[in-house]
Amino acid sequence: MTAFFQSEFFYNYRRSSSAMIGSALMASFALAVLVGPFLVSQNPYDIAALDLMDSYKPPFWLEGGDPRFWLGTDGQGRDVWASILYGARISLFIGLVAMVASCAIGTLLGLVAGFYGGLVDSVIMRIADIQLSFPSILIALFLMSAVGTGIDKVLIALTAVGWVVYARTVRGSTLSEIEKEYVQAARVAGLPNSKIIRKHVLPNVLTPLIVIATIQVGTFVLIEASLSFLGVGVPITQPSLGLLIKNGFDVLFSGLWWTSVFPGVAIMMLVFGINLFGDFLRDELNPRLK
Amino acid sequence: MFGYLLKRMIQMSLVLWVVSVIVFLMMSFTGDPVFMVVPIDATDAEIAQARRILGLDQSVLVQYWRFISSLVQGDFGNSYVFRQPALKLILERLPATVEMVLVAMALALVVAIPLGVYAGANPNSRISRIIMAGSLLGISLPGFWVGMVLIFLFAVHWGIFPSSGRGDTVEIFGLRISLLTADGWRHIILPALTLSLATMAILLRMTRAGMMEVGRQDFMKFARAKGATRRDVLYKHGLKNALIPVITIFGLQLGDLIAFATITETIFSWPGMGKLLIDSIYRADRPVIVVYLMLVALIFVVINFLVDIVYTLIDPRIALK
Repeated sequence: MTAFFQSEFFYNYRRSSSAMIGSALMASFALAVLVGPFLVSQNPYDIAALDLMDSYKPPFWLEGGDPRFWLGTDGQGRDVWASILYGARISLFIGLVAMVASCAIGTLLGLVAGFYGGLVDSVIMRIADIQLSFPSILIALFLMSAVGTGIDKVLIALTAVGWVVYARTVRGSTLSEIEKEYVQAARVAGLPNSKIIRKHVLPNVLTPLIVIATIQVGTFVLIEASLSFLGVGVPITQPSLGLLIKNGFDVLFSGLWWTSVFPGVAIMMLVFGINLFGDFLRDELNPRLK
Repeated sequence: MFGYLLKRMIQMSLVLWVVSVIVFLMMSFTGDPVFMVVPIDATDAEIAQARRILGLDQSVLVQYWRFISSLVQGDFGNSYVFRQPALKLILERLPATVEMVLVAMALALVVAIPLGVYAGANPNSRISRIIMAGSLLGISLPGFWVGMVLIFLFAVHWGIFPSSGRGDTVEIFGLRISLLTADGWRHIILPALTLSLATMAILLRMTRAGMMEVGRQDFMKFARAKGATRRDVLYKHGLKNALIPVITIFGLQLGDLIAFATITETIFSWPGMGKLLIDSIYRADRPVIVVYLMLVALIFVVINFLVDIVYTLIDPRIALK
């Protein structure tokens, strides 16, 4: 542990204001997602806790605002702040799980493609090429339009668009790793391929994935929000931040801006934090820049 | 050169074929479009008849064969909702989308290139840091939310710009163009700005990275040493070389703009093909979805091809193979 605090990485981290701000934003979101729902008095999805008399209250600093709902309420009298805390849970859950799934599948396919080469490699990489020539949002939109709404389906759609970048990166590094002497030595020692891949190649191709994975969580949160905004993402019973914005958009023209603006600010802060920290990681972990 | 073109043509057709198979499979395994066509109180016999007319009673292979052979002839079938050829519906709305994408791209370039050059040439200045933080914010914002905020501020609150629609259009060669009327410009400015933000941010970062990379090279030092003005060094010697990776991203971004136009068009009720796609997804209007996907696939494949060609024109060191 002390070794970490004395490392160059930690020293640079302390000196980089963007890394500090980024990780502070990420940490506060993690905290809000974990304990937030216990801090708000109202569960926005418990119908008994809602009172229609409280609907469309503006934020507390505006005329007619109610100190109980400091960011205002929506049409059902739901506290916008509480909705954001619950919605951020769903958004972040989807982003993280889809990232882990994409990373696992993409890394596996990349390792297999790079290690074995030949037909397997060609097939995997041609699929990746074709997929990369289309914007991920369009592929996800198309998949969602075919399978319908639901958190599980959003996860599938995001994983389907997310694996490619890992597969490409891992394949590239695998190709250069298997030429190196330690892999040759492992082969000569007669280790089975599966063990060489797991014990020797895998640990050495992981570093570049850290940056990709970090940034991807942010990208996924944004894609999920866009899908939900278009009505093909999460169901109404489990609204993510994107769906909150969509619900707010319907009443925007009546001047009721707070139901849609604040969830958007939440997404922005989350993704901005992730991107700031990801940028720092990219500079730190890229040996070419040092 | 001819061999290269031929090879690319075959590759492109192959990609389009794969897309057609995927689109067909996804469409045939999900939902039953027959219920989009028949009235709610239709009898079983009527449903069966509609199924026959749509060809849905055939096997998957037969259906695919009919699908691909009419596709090649440019016949995508009629929209279930509008009862008009789906291709015609999409093509009618194509100019509106293209117009918005082009204005967005132009906006992105005009802002991103000079700011990127500045930030790359003065990496440590305070202004550069602000530019870079702003660009990171541009990537982190949900585009649809920006559009909403713009609508609220400029349309609802201040009433400067209209919130939806395309405004007056002028018809030229049968195409309805809104860029030739003042009203058209008033309508396009908010959606195009919304659409361009993410692209602007990405191009800016690419330009900056390219400029920083180029700045370390000898020819830049020589250009400075021979007494070229700062402006000439940056734009004539630096930017020209820094632009090479930007061109690739530019192509990808054009694709992204077309994709994100679906969302922007939905927010601003812009009558383009993206909005038609979203509406068609809600109504399960398969023929229209198929036309959109195939057309967009064609556009992307052509863009990628053009990017590769432009590449060789800019950088003679890269040869077509």
